[in-house]
Amino acid sequence: MSIISKSATQQREMMRTGELTSVELTTAYLEQIRSRESAVKAFVHLDEQQTLDAAQQIDTRRAAGEPLGDLAGIPVAVKDNLCCQGIPTTCASKFLSDFIPPYDATVIAKLKTADAVLIGRTNMDEFAMGSSTENSAIQVTNNPWDLQCIPGGSSGGSAACIAADFAPLALGSDTGGSIRQPAALCGIVGLKPSYGRVSRYGLVAFASSLDQIGPMTSNVEDAALLLQVLAGHDSHDSTSADVTVDSYVENVTQPLSNLTLGIVDEHYGDGLDIEIKSSIEEAIRVYESLGATIKHVEMPHASYGIATYYIIAPCEASSNLARFDGAHYGQRADTCMTDQQSTSEDALTRMYRSSRAAGFGDEVKRRIMLGTYALSEGYYDAFYLKALKVRRLIQQDYDNAFKDIDLLIGPVTARSAFKQGETIADPMAMYMEDLFTVTANLAGVAGISVPCGFTDAGLPIGMQLQSAPFQEDKLLRAAYMFQNATDWHQRRPKV
Amino acid sequence: MALTRDDVEKVSLLARLQLTDDELNSMTMHLSQIIQYVHQLDEINTEDVAPLAHTLDITNVLANDVVGECLSRDAALQNAPQRDEECFRVPAVL
Repeated sequence: MSIISKSATQQREMMRTGELTSVELTTAYLEQIRSRESAVKAFVHLDEQQTLDAAQQIDTRRAAGEPLGDLAGIPVAVKDNLCCQGIPTTCASKFLSDFIPPYDATVIAKLKTADAVLIGRTNMDEFAMGSSTENSAIQVTNNPWDLQCIPGGSSGGSAACIAADFAPLALGSDTGGSIRQPAALCGIVGLKPSYGRVSRYGLVAFASSLDQIGPMTSNVEDAALLLQVLAGHDSHDSTSADVTVDSYVENVTQPLSNLTLGIVDEHYGDGLDIEIKSSIEEAIRVYESLGATIKHVEMPHASYGIATYYIIAPCEASSNLARFDGAHYGQRADTCMTDQQSTSEDALTRMYRSSRAAGFGDEVKRRIMLGTYALSEGYYDAFYLKALKVRRLIQQDYDNAFKDIDLLIGPVTARSAFKQGETIADPMAMYMEDLFTVTANLAGVAGISVPCGFTDAGLPIGMQLQSAPFQEDKLLRAAYMFQNATDWHQRRPKV
Repeated sequence: MALTRDDVEKVSLLARLQLTDDELNSMTMHLSQIIQYVHQLDEINTEDVAPLAHTLDITNVLANDVVGECLSRDAALQNAPQRDEECFRVPAVL
């Protein structure tokens, strides 16, 4: 068994006992990347020498008997919207093609403190807006299970990276499903923590009340390992919650007794692919065989999730992305410095408009326009305020459901990975990808995608568990129970 | 409620985006579709529902007024598309 097919948890133990060095481990992953990255295209930036140097430093410190952090020597790939000092951070946007952050995001600082080896930057939909990674201005990432298919998005590069064994751990961000959906489509584990569980400081903001950073891994215990490092209060992020962080790593293998899972009947309507439906039903039977009780719960407003999300997220995005003005960082259109044309617009406004026009792709422009429209005078009450009220109702649906159950169980997506180019011209169809995931972001609850089967065409299927806020411990333990009873997570694509 | 091309052009100024003729046409079509879809929220009675902008109960955080670490001027200016000594350079405003 190759070292790269072992879990990060096992690799960590092997390094602790001296069976393995970080240079050996990192070299093994770099070799895998060399042989398969040209087919997958998961990374937008990778500096092999820098990565190996970091691994060598960990080995040297270990040999000297220095105390090391919890991820010492383990490679971690990072989505390209997390600021890392001195390393290009582009959000897969032309606008930020030359941007080099002068500081580290809190999660990056935490990975460094934990002595992880940062192994490259992963592709994504531009500014995390999309569900296929086709909105990247840099490249299209191919799903390792079928190179003609999309890997999901927006954290498609991180998902493909884990599925292709390019790294054992990766970071993604999830605003409406951007960790869980690509995790499901690539057959890996992806966890969106509760809102406020992980600091967003240094994450290039898309929709600030919805964004969360989380782990993408090939198994549940590694998700626990990575979340343990990421979670916790941060004074740099006023929305990070000062709530105790449980011992995820220690607890993850402990099964839950008297587990009650909730099913939402509306999830199993006409839109759900028949193969996915039967895989989820099978997953439910696995839980029943493990002693879980299944209850039907009502989520009367869940079906309004997409409409609510596609008002709130673009409104927040239009405000957040106002910072990309061509004045302080990013690309400035080069024709705008002189005021030779006599138009009604001043030169500064022309600089803003032309720089943003040249730097942003279609989907980003669409969401900025939608948000600006929905927030504009005369429409604010009809759209934004209305959506915030429905958001409250969706949160109340969750509150009511979690009175009777421990976790919700259901599908992550309505369909498996689809062909490249198939959906990209139809924004509404692409938005529907988030149908089963957005409500968790709107309500601030945690969700995890766990491999639970394959279609006849050999594409992965994920099931979703969701917990009340700050119950990631329960979420991980329940996910591990399922993983322990099945072998879906051990399958690997044959790229 | 259909969105017109004129509406979209006005919003593009508010959003500080310069859109081409083709973009204005496709944007009008796509935004109209999305707006039409989100109007399904009108089915829900929200009369006595308080808006929820944020899922956490956020309390105001006060910090002591002391000088902490911050970026150097050079670091803050390092990504400037154009700089002029200590400033970001932009087209003449006045």
